[in-house]
Amino acid sequence: MQYEKDFLVQAYRTMKTIRLFEERSIVEFERGNIPGFVHVSDGQEAVAVGMCMHLTDSDVIGSTHRGHGHSIAKGCDVIGMMKEIMGRATGLCRGKGGSMHIADFHKGMLGANAIVGGAPPLCNGAALSAKTLGKKDIAVSFTGDGGSSQGTVLEALNLAVVLKLPHIFMFENNQYGEGTGVSYALGAKDIASRAGAFGMPAEKVDGTDFFAVYETVAGAVKRARDGGGPTSIEADTVRFNGHFIGDPQLYRAKDEVKKLRKERDCLTKFRERVTGEGWLKTSELKTIDQEVADLIDRAVEEALAAPQPDPSELTTDVYVSY
Amino acid sequence: MTSKAKASTETTSTQSAPVKTYREAINEALRQEMRADPTVIIMGEEVSGGAGTPGQDDAYGGVFGVTKGLMPEFGRERVIDTPITESAIIGAAAGAANTGLRPVAELMFFDFIGVCFDQIFNQAAKFRYMFGGKARTPMVIRATVGAGMSAGAQHSNMLHPVVAHIPGLKVVMPSNAYDAKGLMLSAIRDDDPVIFLEHKTLYDTKCEVPDEPYTIPFGEASFNREGSDITIVALSAMVPRANAVADKLAREGIAADVIDPRTISPLDEEAILESVEMSGRLVIVDEANPRCSLAADIASIAVEKAFSALRAPIRKVTAPHTPVPFSPVLEQLYMPSEERIEQAVRELLEA
Repeated sequence: MQYEKDFLVQAYRTMKTIRLFEERSIVEFERGNIPGFVHVSDGQEAVAVGMCMHLTDSDVIGSTHRGHGHSIAKGCDVIGMMKEIMGRATGLCRGKGGSMHIADFHKGMLGANAIVGGAPPLCNGAALSAKTLGKKDIAVSFTGDGGSSQGTVLEALNLAVVLKLPHIFMFENNQYGEGTGVSYALGAKDIASRAGAFGMPAEKVDGTDFFAVYETVAGAVKRARDGGGPTSIEADTVRFNGHFIGDPQLYRAKDEVKKLRKERDCLTKFRERVTGEGWLKTSELKTIDQEVADLIDRAVEEALAAPQPDPSELTTDVYVSY
Repeated sequence: MTSKAKASTETTSTQSAPVKTYREAINEALRQEMRADPTVIIMGEEVSGGAGTPGQDDAYGGVFGVTKGLMPEFGRERVIDTPITESAIIGAAAGAANTGLRPVAELMFFDFIGVCFDQIFNQAAKFRYMFGGKARTPMVIRATVGAGMSAGAQHSNMLHPVVAHIPGLKVVMPSNAYDAKGLMLSAIRDDDPVIFLEHKTLYDTKCEVPDEPYTIPFGEASFNREGSDITIVALSAMVPRANAVADKLAREGIAADVIDPRTISPLDEEAILESVEMSGRLVIVDEANPRCSLAADIASIAVEKAFSALRAPIRKVTAPHTPVPFSPVLEQLYMPSEERIEQAVRELLEA
């Protein structure tokens, strides 16, 4: 496949933004600047970006509790996101959502979802809207390997086939549902074959290879837009951090993450490919790295300076408070 | 305008309208709104019936026939028969509501919230607040409630207190055909998720229902009977029973207010307090189980806000704290009867 330079720059910039956003989230969490529970997605950038590079603002995605990467890939404002996870009044959800509930409907981001398996039933609805209103828009739900065993997900897979909905089920298999291994928790051989058993095309892809993801999902996107119904994709990916920030990760093997970072880092793979092919120069990538680092610095600076919500916000955005 | 005055204005407007059943009134509301608004869709199990079968289309129109005839007019694209998959139905309705449709999803029996409650209270109810006011979730969940048909413990519950507890949901419980139509049109046009609870034993009840579309605002109780001796608040199928008791007492010169809140979330506290201030005596009739219920809630509101007006203890006439029994004999004992309502009223009048 031939890639335009602008496309490659955008893909790299977005993946790098996710990486630095997550790494900085850990720092700011440890400094006490981010309240609550935070689940970072560094290591999984190529899945979010390889998928969302196919989408427009009127396509929608539904995300997981580990949703920062999906939000950035779908075009959510990074500064608004940092404000949101710090609970500030000018955050994307006015400080009422937090890390697990980032949403931006204008960007087609229907929300991170703190209920495991939350997105697929809702994305069926978004796909039903597109179909009913005669639009070419599609919906993409992200679900982890842990979420793939939830009843809501299995029901959603069936209904998507029955109603022939333009919905891509993207399963991010990072090998861990919290602290339990996929080889233990998944009764089936893999997620793809189980999803395929519902009667839809199902494929597997190396989720640490941006180009593999982008090219694999292209067919699913076309099928959905052309009225061909749903597809499932299982992306084999890696989680560089714990289930949540602060997770001691006692369940992981010694040097496991070190090895994954060396062998399966999607950013390293991307850099090697684009420089190897002569598509981008190392100096160009370094410039992007610096621009992204500056953006994240600015996001943190602005978020720390942003106002706390006014007490009156407690009872707004809900129809009544007794 | 007081609640009583508003209620009497409404009664005037229904004069000389054709008589329709509760079932027909809801069907008419759905049909009229689907004609007016192409984004309104219906989805659920057997809402049409007959999909994928060699027999008739529209075989059911809902198990109680409420949506009968809608699929032939609007097609399967807008009247969607689903598999038996409540989580997927309610989740899809919520996601569709977020993205431009106004779905009316049906739960055949409200007891089935057990298998889809996450979609209702963790998803649909929370989006608007949790996303900082950005999300609209204009969906209606229609469901049948209540005992009286020997449908057994898993098809007969009154679980409205469960949903009234959830911020972000509106909860509607019409007690007659006129209210059912006006409240359904308000429910579909509302931008928040609305739980619309239809009592099975009311489907064949009739009253005058105007042909033209009309709405009834949420949070406005109706006064079915007026009198200053005692206040009876009743919900859903308990309203006709309370009316019958009030009529009987009226022949003895005892005048009761019978208040039907019509929506329990929002709740017209003002109407209840206005009446209690006058009568000083309150009986609440609710078919739900007694603990943490609407009856308990309304009692607490009266105690908190009209304590000095109370001249007797508040009486709750409810189901016992048991599952709904199957036996018709036991089921009749389970539901608040006219005799129990009358007894509670007489005890309070003597207190």
